[in-house]
Amino acid sequence: MSIKSKLHDIKESFKGKTMAPAFNAFHTFLFTPNDVTSSGTHIKVADDLKRTMNTVIMSLVPCLIFGIFNAGYQHNFAIDAANGISTQASLFVNFLTFDNLMIGSMKVLPLVIVSYAVGLTVEFIFAVIKGHEVEEGYLVTGMLVPLIIPVDLPLWMLAVSVIFGVVIGKEVFGGTGMNILNPALTIRAFLFFAYPTWMSGDKVWVYDAVNRAGSPEAISGETILGSYAQNQDIIYSMSDMFFGFIPGSIGETSKLLIIFGALFLIFSKIGSWRIILSTLIGALVMGLIFNGVIEAGIITESSKFYGLMSVPFWEHLLIGSILFGAVFMATDPVTAAQTNKGKWIYGFLIGFISIMIRVFNPAYPEGVFLAILLMNVFAPTIDHFVIQSNVKMRLNRLKLKTA
Amino acid sequence: MGILSKKDRQLITDPLSDNNPITVQVLGICSALAITAELEASVVMSVSVLFVMGVGNVVISMIRNIVPSKIRIIVQLTVIATLVIIVDLVLKAYAYELSKTLSVFIGLIITNCIIMGRFEAFALGNGLWRSFLDGIGNAFGYAVILIIVGFFRELLGSGTLWGIPILGDPIDKTFLYAFGYENNGFMLLSPMALIVVGIIIWVQRARSKHLIEE
Repeated sequence: MSIKSKLHDIKESFKGKTMAPAFNAFHTFLFTPNDVTSSGTHIKVADDLKRTMNTVIMSLVPCLIFGIFNAGYQHNFAIDAANGISTQASLFVNFLTFDNLMIGSMKVLPLVIVSYAVGLTVEFIFAVIKGHEVEEGYLVTGMLVPLIIPVDLPLWMLAVSVIFGVVIGKEVFGGTGMNILNPALTIRAFLFFAYPTWMSGDKVWVYDAVNRAGSPEAISGETILGSYAQNQDIIYSMSDMFFGFIPGSIGETSKLLIIFGALFLIFSKIGSWRIILSTLIGALVMGLIFNGVIEAGIITESSKFYGLMSVPFWEHLLIGSILFGAVFMATDPVTAAQTNKGKWIYGFLIGFISIMIRVFNPAYPEGVFLAILLMNVFAPTIDHFVIQSNVKMRLNRLKLKTA
Repeated sequence: MGILSKKDRQLITDPLSDNNPITVQVLGICSALAITAELEASVVMSVSVLFVMGVGNVVISMIRNIVPSKIRIIVQLTVIATLVIIVDLVLKAYAYELSKTLSVFIGLIITNCIIMGRFEAFALGNGLWRSFLDGIGNAFGYAVILIIVGFFRELLGSGTLWGIPILGDPIDKTFLYAFGYENNGFMLLSPMALIVVGIIIWVQRARSKHLIEE
């Protein structure tokens, strides 16, 4: 007897009991169940929720692996910098080393494990209470969360915010598919407002920098955005920014791997290219406007906005997490706009507002997550107006025909 | 039976649970969100509202037959305003620091929807004693929620209760803070008060199903 049929037998014996949803979730995670719909016409497709989620996770794995190595690399880089040694990032010489892997795994894997363990526990509890199947929604959220937080975040803070994010961000609305806000970003927003000292500043982005603060071995890990916001010089080259050898949230530094992930999502038709493209266009437009303001001489070097406003508009895509947000966050099919025209508007405004927050609010070094959450709220409104305008257009056409 | 008949007792107990002004009637939310970051402020606010509601309901009930209904709103406002000014002056005289914390919100008791709501819905049509019971009943219902919210927000947000450190000293790193615990800054922001009230509503409706609207 195969494992599959054994599990099926166990499932039958669980039927009607309180714990059934919990077991069924485990079962469907491993195998496609034997149950078939008994009535009505139905179309069978392969890309169910589970496969969709798995595709997204696959596109995120490179970012995670890079993030693990980068955690170690940034740690060593900062120590070298504090000792006056300037290192040049090189993939095989000082990046893909065993030392980096060890430091990175030690810091990053616990975050991934806590994120999944806590989140899935909450999902299981809610499934048992409600008596329905566990939904796969958390599989992606659980992977996204460790990628968008600083490496030094204490694990209990992550646990608290995951509970908050899953319960308030998702379950109270009715679970996967019903949530208004992106759960991963809800978790990040909660962290950001609850524990701001662990989510921003020049210490949290590099492993061990918080512990060493104030001691002779102090190291610093200011992000590029932070340096710009304080009108400091940038010590990283363009290629560092593109390949991701820079401090930042764990998974968002490597633009190259995010682009790979984006292409994978677009070709597997999981992610909407309209949203990704329009988000980037929105960011570029806002960047261009700021560049224009600088060129017109309205803002001079004495202004505190000068640093970020004078960033060349295209460079905004390389610094910060706008690319990660556009590819993995804004495209969340549940919280994004549904209509094609709506997707363009939705994406454009995300990019536009992200850069605006980034430049104008020094308290929020990165505004991408706030912009996406804001537009999540407005997505249904955008869809409503797109549909209404469509209805109006068709009515007019009908009138013209009959007239 | 005691001094209160069953019907009278309901006037006090109903607002505490099934007819709570905040969680069921959803009135007076504004002040519940604004001043609940500290337990002390919540209690003082509750006492102030208790005074205004108890006395206000009695006064309105007394004059309900001689006030023309066309001008009743302005009369009610005058009554509330008078009472609120009394509260405000008392606080300024005897608890100056606290009155600064509560700042405009004592004045804004005037606009607290619960008070106006109870005047309109109850005091205008009922006798003195019952109006008084209804007033303090609703004020207690309001106070219960305010104190629960204030308790959790101050405990989790500042680690103190009534200004007294409960969870240790965040600077010297004693007790919980020695293990790396940190105060949740989000708790001190108003959005979190809304979420806490939401959770109370959730718990309440999960316990008494008949409150759930279709």
